[in-house]
Amino acid sequence: MSRISDWHIMGALALAGIAGPLLLPGLATQIAFLWLMVVFALTWDMLGGRMGYNSFGNIVFFGIGCYAAAVVQRDAGLPYFEGLALGLLVGAAAAVLAAIVFGAAMLGIRGHYFAIGTLGLGIAAGEIAAGWDYVGAGSGMTLPLYPGELGAREIFFCYSLFALAALCFLVFRRLYGTRFGLALNAIRDDHDKADAMGLRTTPIKIFAWSLSAFFLALSGGLAANMIGFIDPRDVAFAGATFGVWMVLMAILGGKGTLWGPVLGAFVFHVTQEVFWTYLLGWQRVALGLLIVVIVVFFPQGIMGWWAARRTRAVS
Amino acid sequence: MSALLEVRDVTKRFGGVVANKGVSLTVRQGEIAGLIGPNGSGKTTLFGCITGTHAVDGGDVLFEGRSIAHLRPAPIARLGLLRTWQQTRVYGEMTCAENMAISAREAQGGLLSLLGAVPAATRRKGDDLLAFAGLHEKRGDKAGSLSFGQQKLLEFAMALMNEPKLLLLDEPTAGINPTLINGLIDRLRHANAELGVTLLVIEHNMRVIMNLAHRITCLAHGEVLAEGSPDEVRNDTRVLDAYLGGA
Repeated sequence: MSRISDWHIMGALALAGIAGPLLLPGLATQIAFLWLMVVFALTWDMLGGRMGYNSFGNIVFFGIGCYAAAVVQRDAGLPYFEGLALGLLVGAAAAVLAAIVFGAAMLGIRGHYFAIGTLGLGIAAGEIAAGWDYVGAGSGMTLPLYPGELGAREIFFCYSLFALAALCFLVFRRLYGTRFGLALNAIRDDHDKADAMGLRTTPIKIFAWSLSAFFLALSGGLAANMIGFIDPRDVAFAGATFGVWMVLMAILGGKGTLWGPVLGAFVFHVTQEVFWTYLLGWQRVALGLLIVVIVVFFPQGIMGWWAARRTRAVS
Repeated sequence: MSALLEVRDVTKRFGGVVANKGVSLTVRQGEIAGLIGPNGSGKTTLFGCITGTHAVDGGDVLFEGRSIAHLRPAPIARLGLLRTWQQTRVYGEMTCAENMAISAREAQGGLLSLLGAVPAATRRKGDDLLAFAGLHEKRGDKAGSLSFGQQKLLEFAMALMNEPKLLLLDEPTAGINPTLINGLIDRLRHANAELGVTLLVIEHNMRVIMNLAHRITCLAHGEVLAEGSPDEVRNDTRVLDAYLGGA
């Protein structure tokens, strides 16, 4: 059997990403959400999988992206696409800044304490947004209408989220092959050792979180426009759904692996859609069961389970 | 020979326990110094004080004539002062080759310098040092899958990869198969003589430390009990009493 390389899989995914919305225009929104989930899982995995910092607060950067886009598009007085572009840039810059500030304050905390701290961060952000009149407080914000004809909007966001997911994957893949990638793993495996070997761990950790924040904010701006409406707790800072799914998808696929987060996002999103379609009313129960099955039977994720199986087969 | 490391009157307390009480010792450029003492005499605490893990409560630590007592572990490591641990510390989920690559001196550089692939020269050097430690065939294995003794050797090789000026080794032979200990002594001597690494070694195996060290300091109850050549220390009745629990 000839070996399947990363490039084969990437080529197949690129084809699917380009042809998908054309062949199945009715599923364009679902496909767009799939790419959003891929960005979620990849950005979570940079900290959770590669660096060993389990963040439950990454949703904050997504929310910042949502709100930055909405505010810029409301107040800048630009045509739709110019406003969107500016909103994405502002959102990305704001999220990176937030990651640097939160990172400097929180990345010194380790293990469970970091997880709990970031959980608080996500909840606090939602509460602040829900009480802040400038961003619509509890009633949220409505995004401007997409100017194109019916159906064009879904296709547009499907492709832009696909492009974002692909860019995120390629950038991360490249970075994981550098010494920066090794440094992340070193911090995960033994932080004290990494310090004692003279690695500059603080800037490395902040840079990693900033990268996650950058891609999450871009995905937030796009998602907000695709959904058309942001609610502070249910869309922008949706810690109980998006925020938890990020973690689940990365773990399901296999954290700390190249393809794990992508695979996890696919399996999770498809399963979730199936539950919604066929188990309506019980979809949350089914999702809960799925989570239990993941944690009990695939603690190392699909990629980890696969690798263990292969090692067993060899020996 | 000039002093590379000077520990001056260092005191370290943990609550009511005084782990180091006015400890002074000197490690000269190019030598192999030994540090012995019964369990709980404060040897590993002293390593922590020297490498910045513990903030000292009194006294000073000078490395190349410069005070490092207020520095954190990473800046101290970047000056060329490294340590290994009694319970090994390696990056368990990374391969041995990756462990070596990230231990190179360049990896201590700023963020921008990390955004490139591992240079071929670094990879070759890592391979050479793994071969030197007898771990070359394990280069693709996860460090966490190695035996305890092999992890000790890997940790030693990682430290050499960093080209330190001074390396503190915490019980390098503990947990190593007795038949391999002579090989390890040869490697330590080689690192000292050929690679120019000054060593300060904590060791419980008397045969090893008496053979290896040029000078030995003995701690007991957190204080320096005796100091001198291996023969002097070996024949010091206070040292024997400290170990055997005499009067």
